Amino acid sequence: MSDRILVATRKGLFTITKSNTGWSISQADFLADNCSMVMHDPRDGMLLVGLDHGHFGCKMHRSRNGGKSWEECASPAYPEKPDDFEDIPNPMSNTVIKWNTELLWELQPGGNDEPGVIWCGTLPGGLFRSNDAGDSWELNRTLWEDPRRQEWFGGGFDYPGIHSIHVDPRDSAHILLGVSCGGVWRTTDGGKTWECDGTGMRAEYMPEEKAYDPGIQDPHILVRCRDSLDCLWVQHHNGIFRSTDNARSWQEITDVKPSTFGFAVAVHPADPNTAWFVPAIKDEKRIPVDAKVVVTRTRDGGETFEQLSKGLPQEHAYDLTFRHSLDVDENGDRLVFGTTTGSLWVSEDQGDSWQNVSTHLPPIYCTRFVKE
Amino acid sequence: MPSVFLIFVIGKAVPHVRFTDNIQRHVKCPAAEAQGETVREVLTAYFAEIPFAKNYVLDDQGALRKHMVIFVNSQQIADRVKLSDSVPSDGTVEIIQALSGG
Repeated sequence: MSDRILVATRKGLFTITKSNTGWSISQADFLADNCSMVMHDPRDGMLLVGLDHGHFGCKMHRSRNGGKSWEECASPAYPEKPDDFEDIPNPMSNTVIKWNTELLWELQPGGNDEPGVIWCGTLPGGLFRSNDAGDSWELNRTLWEDPRRQEWFGGGFDYPGIHSIHVDPRDSAHILLGVSCGGVWRTTDGGKTWECDGTGMRAEYMPEEKAYDPGIQDPHILVRCRDSLDCLWVQHHNGIFRSTDNARSWQEITDVKPSTFGFAVAVHPADPNTAWFVPAIKDEKRIPVDAKVVVTRTRDGGETFEQLSKGLPQEHAYDLTFRHSLDVDENGDRLVFGTTTGSLWVSEDQGDSWQNVSTHLPPIYCTRFVKE
Repeated sequence: MPSVFLIFVIGKAVPHVRFTDNIQRHVKCPAAEAQGETVREVLTAYFAEIPFAKNYVLDDQGALRKHMVIFVNSQQIADRVKLSDSVPSDGTVEIIQALSGG
């Protein structure tokens, strides 16, 4: 059971802890700074936070003592662009993607057999690996220089980005990436080669003949069941998708009330058929349906869904939950989600009821249980 | 944190470098003298002493960050990519934020 939650926001990193009196904010770090991502490394307890200083660019900080103190470490930076590199203009905007870090969007530890390895997904689409816990970073050049990568386009941002990284516990060289917009990518050799080989995702927003092209899909987030590793869920721009064959094929789940649109999904760590979503009105409106905040839950792999609202605002609520802002703890009982309006809710009964922790945090980008 | 560094060249003036106050809460960038005949050379000399400051001012490709500006003797530099603008030996290089970044 996780008693600590890290919350990355537009104006700082907040630690939420549970005490005898309930959940509360126990610590604030990097106040006023834009925290785009945070990671807790269960292998050694290290905390890593990605910052976006705007004028001064993206920076990385880490803590080796549970957040008591922080130090700046290296931040992923693109290497010098070779003079002979032939850019392919982005198909949507006809612009060339620069070799510059625009956002630190995802951080994930490597496998248990590779201590010190950290993966970082960025805008405008580079994947970086650190072998030394953030002392240095190296761009995965095979993916970056793959001509297919240059067909990616931004979804919500001007640039495409890698927001989901899953290192397979059975084989640390087998990694899945979620890209907006560029689909789900796979390497089985630690990043030497890449494939975008999943079928079944559908992009309603594209011309009909391109709708099932794996490389133009917009998976908002990709999550994997801890105990059933071949079972994954995607909250897609176009709806909800599920895979039971390790992202080789996807099945679309439709007719979910109040909406299949959203950004976030969490899957129960021990039950691949149980997953939670925070829906909104598609797609340019992006507010809760009927201004009521609800969480939807399936317990049967997407056959049926419940709307969970106990403890959540049911009138004039305009909270949107971003893709990294819903998480489930290692037991599958506790959930947390945070919103663009700075509201944060925790559930201790798998979403049956929710406790409000705050309604006035800065806009929330990421919530993560500290899983010891 | 490195100490304030000064490059003294006996009998010869050296460009003076000054940073916006707003950068100081992230990385201490004390005003200092740094040798060089172009903006690039002056900054390279400065960042040799305070390496972490470099990426706060320059992007991954070594160009001036989008929302930063540099003035040499109160004149905004023209070359934001190669930073080839000349710096007089007694010149002042000022690195500040552009309001464009919000």
